[in-house]
Parts: sequence; structure tokens; C-alpha cells
Amino acid sequence: MDNNQRDKCNIRFLINKLMKYSIYLFTFASIIPLALILIYLIKQGISSINWQFITQLPKPIGEQGGGVLNAIIGTIILIVLSTIISVPIGIKAGIYLSEVKTGKLAYLLRLSTDILQGIPSIVLGVIAYLWLVKPMKAFSALSGSVALAIMMLPMIIASTEETLKLVPYSLKEAALALGVPYYKTILKVILPAGMSGILTGVLLAVARIAGETAPLLFTAFGSPYLNFNPLHPINALPLVVFNYASSPYPNWWHQAWGASFLLTMMVLILNLAAKTGASRWKVKF
Amino acid sequence: MKAIESIRDFQINESNIKLEEMTNQNSHYFTAFNKDSIFNIALTVIAILVVLLVGAILLSLTVYSLPVFKLEGISFLFHDIWNPIANKFGAMPFLIGTLLTSFLALFFSLPFSMAIALFLGEYFSSGKIAIFFQNTTSLLAGIPSVIYGFWGLFVLVPLIRNIEIKLGVLPYGVGVLTASLILTIMIIPYAASVGREVISLVPQDLKEGAYALGATRWEVIKNVIFPYARSGIFAGILLSLGRAIGETMAVTMVIGNNNQFPHGLFSPANTMASVIANEFTEATSNVYLSALIAIALLLFIVTTIINIVGRYIIKKLSIENLD
Repeated sequence: MDNNQRDKCNIRFLINKLMKYSIYLFTFASIIPLALILIYLIKQGISSINWQFITQLPKPIGEQGGGVLNAIIGTIILIVLSTIISVPIGIKAGIYLSEVKTGKLAYLLRLSTDILQGIPSIVLGVIAYLWLVKPMKAFSALSGSVALAIMMLPMIIASTEETLKLVPYSLKEAALALGVPYYKTILKVILPAGMSGILTGVLLAVARIAGETAPLLFTAFGSPYLNFNPLHPINALPLVVFNYASSPYPNWWHQAWGASFLLTMMVLILNLAAKTGASRWKVKF
Repeated sequence: MKAIESIRDFQINESNIKLEEMTNQNSHYFTAFNKDSIFNIALTVIAILVVLLVGAILLSLTVYSLPVFKLEGISFLFHDIWNPIANKFGAMPFLIGTLLTSFLALFFSLPFSMAIALFLGEYFSSGKIAIFFQNTTSLLAGIPSVIYGFWGLFVLVPLIRNIEIKLGVLPYGVGVLTASLILTIMIIPYAASVGREVISLVPQDLKEGAYALGATRWEVIKNVIFPYARSGIFAGILLSLGRAIGETMAVTMVIGNNNQFPHGLFSPANTMASVIANEFTEATSNVYLSALIAIALLLFIVTTIINIVGRYIIKKLSIENLD
């Protein structure tokens, strides 16, 4: 090998090494913002969380103390309502897709699911405003839940379809061969076999909507009172973060950090539950 | 004889009973068949409902945005004056704001998301490091966007303000650049996860063939992996662009909410999503509301096109790989 060729090889090795380390560098660098956000959040959040913060209603501006009990309960009500609306529809549409694989309606349904998945959340807020708030002439928890339910729908449909596709065909054949009617085969054999995957999908969908603010801005709207009525405005943790963060009062910023901390913990726990649930409850074939 | 007759009677009786049972069972089959068709109809109805939901969303947005198009015509999209008090509505500043922030964010995020995709798809496709990075990227995707905005407002905005003071421009702190930086952090996970998947789908024998010819790892990445995974990576980038365009809260909190045409990287602006979030509850007149809904319609159409193209590419790829 003459010198010229050796140089060429060395340059190629050098470039290889350079690219390798720059890929490492960029990968590790991408954790930095996450670490910064989490550290800042924990530092600011933990100091503002105490018993009072979780169990009291907000106090008027100027008074110290107060909590976000109404927002915590509001978030829970919104999640429960939107789950009740979206899960039955989502699972049935998922069953349809896994049973009827081809055809015009299946194609359209798949397309609609993709479209729903991509709609910006603020647009769904506008839709819920037009469909519910405008005719009823009042902001309401129900309209917020409808917006959130439309966000959950595509995730539940997709996860139901994916899970049911993985259930072996032999299970279905065995049930049908025993004379079990078709609808019972689906409801009592196929669906339970895929239950873990479907539950995971629902949990992930809940985790996704729990922190959503944009669809709630002009639907649930927020309220300083404790409210259990779905036809009245309701507060939610993400709304508290947004409203308090953009206020000029340091005391409220403090509370917003507390609410952010609670919200992040909630989303993380939901994600974690979905992941561990997926591996633990999984029916193996 | 009598005994035999009684036995025969018994047999006849029994066969009668059996016959009756069978007809009973037949009716049971019949009801089951009925329930089957009810079940099928229910599924079909739900499927139609979901399809109609999308149609209804598009329809309501279109119907409610008609008033502003009647007032301004198609020039609604090209006017750069947004003045609700004077009843002048031009969506151009917001279109430009959205384009600027999302493409800048895409540009900033590309090196990071591609590095993560290669790192997890090629260099460390299994093991503890891979699991650690997968979890951190999913964590990044899981943090609510309002918290990104809050953090941006309290950490990033003062930082940018200091830089602006040093550069000698008006120190707003908020603006196009700040919004793009927040968006960059938020969209890294999307392009990275799609990229990782398509990169790990590249057939091993292709890579081994290149190695056997004496290629270095980077040459394999450049000449084998990238060409093979090109369309998938493109789809991932499209999906993250869709995210950036539709992102509302984080951008609203740090962009400065200025309805004028953005003059530069540091100037406060507004995006399509942030103007809706800011002004929707303030919209008093019908036309004002309709102008905001028209922007929502535009947002819906743009993100839908981007999403469908991206998903179509990904689906086509995964089908090709099955074959």
C-alpha cells in the first residue's frame, strides 16, 4: 500500500470516528433540556406542595395560601367523562377494523382515525365550542370532555385494532367450532384475550389528554369554585398552570409550579402504569 | 308384549322430546343469528359514526368560517392587517408566524432527532443504554405542553432577553426564536422514534454486504441505511412538522402575541394556533369569531394533509417490509 492510499484510509477512519462521536454528542445533548425542565420543575414544585395545597380551594388575590382542590377534582371529572364517552365507541370501531379488514367503510374509518389523530387540539376546542358551548350558551365540563374524548378516540381505535390483530385466529376458530355464536366469540373470547392491550391503549390515551390545555380554554373554561355539575364550567390542573403562569402575581406562579408538578407526576404515573400493565397482564399465545 | 310396546312408546316419546329440543335449539340458533346481525349492524353504525364525525368537523368549520370569506374573500389569506375593531381580517401574519416557527424548529431539531434515531437504531439497538434513551424520549413526549410553555416563560425567555441585550436588539425575550426553541425540544421525540423504527428495519444482509466491501460504519449509514430508510425518515419529519404546526400552549406562552407581521427572529409574533387560543373568548362580533374559525379550518386542512402523507408513507413501508 503506498502512502497515498494509506492517507485515504486514514481520512475515512477519521470521518467515521468523527461522525460516531458527533452522533453520541447530539444524542446526549438532547437529554439536557429534559433534565433542565425536570430539575426546575421538581425544585419549584415540591416546595409549593403541602397538605393545604391539595385540600383547599383557591383564595382571592393578595391572600396567602389556598390550594387547587377544585382543579384536581375537575381534572378527574373531565378524565372520567371523556373516558366514558370515548371508550365504548373506540373499542367498537377497533373491533370493526380488526374484523372487517377490507372494504370501503374500513378504508374510510382508517382514514378518519388517521385524520383525528392529527387534528391540533386547539381545533377540537373550537369544535366543542361550536357544537356544545354555543347552543347551550354556557361553558361546561361536558363540552371539555367531548373535545378530550375526540382526542382519545383515535388512540383507542388504533390500540384496539392492533391488539385484536395479534389474537391468534385459532382461538376464534375453536370458539366457532364449538358452536359459539359469532358475537359471543368476539365479546367473550377475542375481546378478553386482548383486554390488556386495550387497557394499555386507554391508559395511554388518558395520559395524553390529562395535560391538554388548548381544548379546555373555551369549553371547560375554568372556575374558582368546587363544581361537580358537568353542565357548569370546571377547573382543571392544566388550566390552572396556564392562567396562573400568565398572571403577574409571584404567589400564583408558585402555585402554578405546584400544579405543574402534580400534573407531570400524574401523566408519568399513568404512562408507567400503562407500560407495566402491558407487560404484566399480557396474555401470551 | 306389553313391555315391548311400552318401551316402544317410551322411545317414541323420547324421540319426540328430542325433536322438540332440536326445534328449540333451532330457534336458539335463530336468535343467535339475529343477535349476530344486530352485533354487526351496531359495529357498522359505530364505524359510520366515526367517519361522519370527521365530516361533521370539516363541515362545521367550513360553515362557520363563511362570514369572513364573504367579507374579505380569498384575500383573507393574503392580507397582513388583523384589526378586529376596524373589521379588517388578514391571516397572513399568522400563516408566516406558523411557518417560521415550525420550520425553524424542524431545522433545529433535525440533528438531534437524526442522531437519536441512528444511536438507537444502529449503534445501540438493544441494552440498557437503549432502554434509558427510549424512556427519556418518551418522557419528553409525555410532558404536557403547557408545562413546556411555563418553563420556557421562566427560564428560556430571560435567557433570550440577555442574549438580545448583548446583541443590541429590543429585549423582548419572547418572540419567534423563543417559540422555535421550545418547539424544537417538543418535536425531537417524534422524528426520532419514527426514524429509529425505519432504521432498524434496514435488512442486515445489505449492511453486511457493505461492510464486506470494506465500508466504514459511517459509510454504511450514509450509503446504505439513509437511502434505504429515506422515505420513512421523511415521513417522521413530516409528522413532527405536523406536531409543530398544531402546537398551541407552549407557543402561545412564549411567542409574545403580536398581531403584526414578524420582522425578524427576535420579534414577537403570533401563530395560527396561538391567535385562536388568545382571542377566541374575546371575539365579540360574528365576523371576528368566524375569522378565528377560518384560521382553525386552515390549521385543520394543513395538518391533515401533512399527517395523511406521513402516515401513508409509513404504512406503505411497513407493508413492503412484510412482503
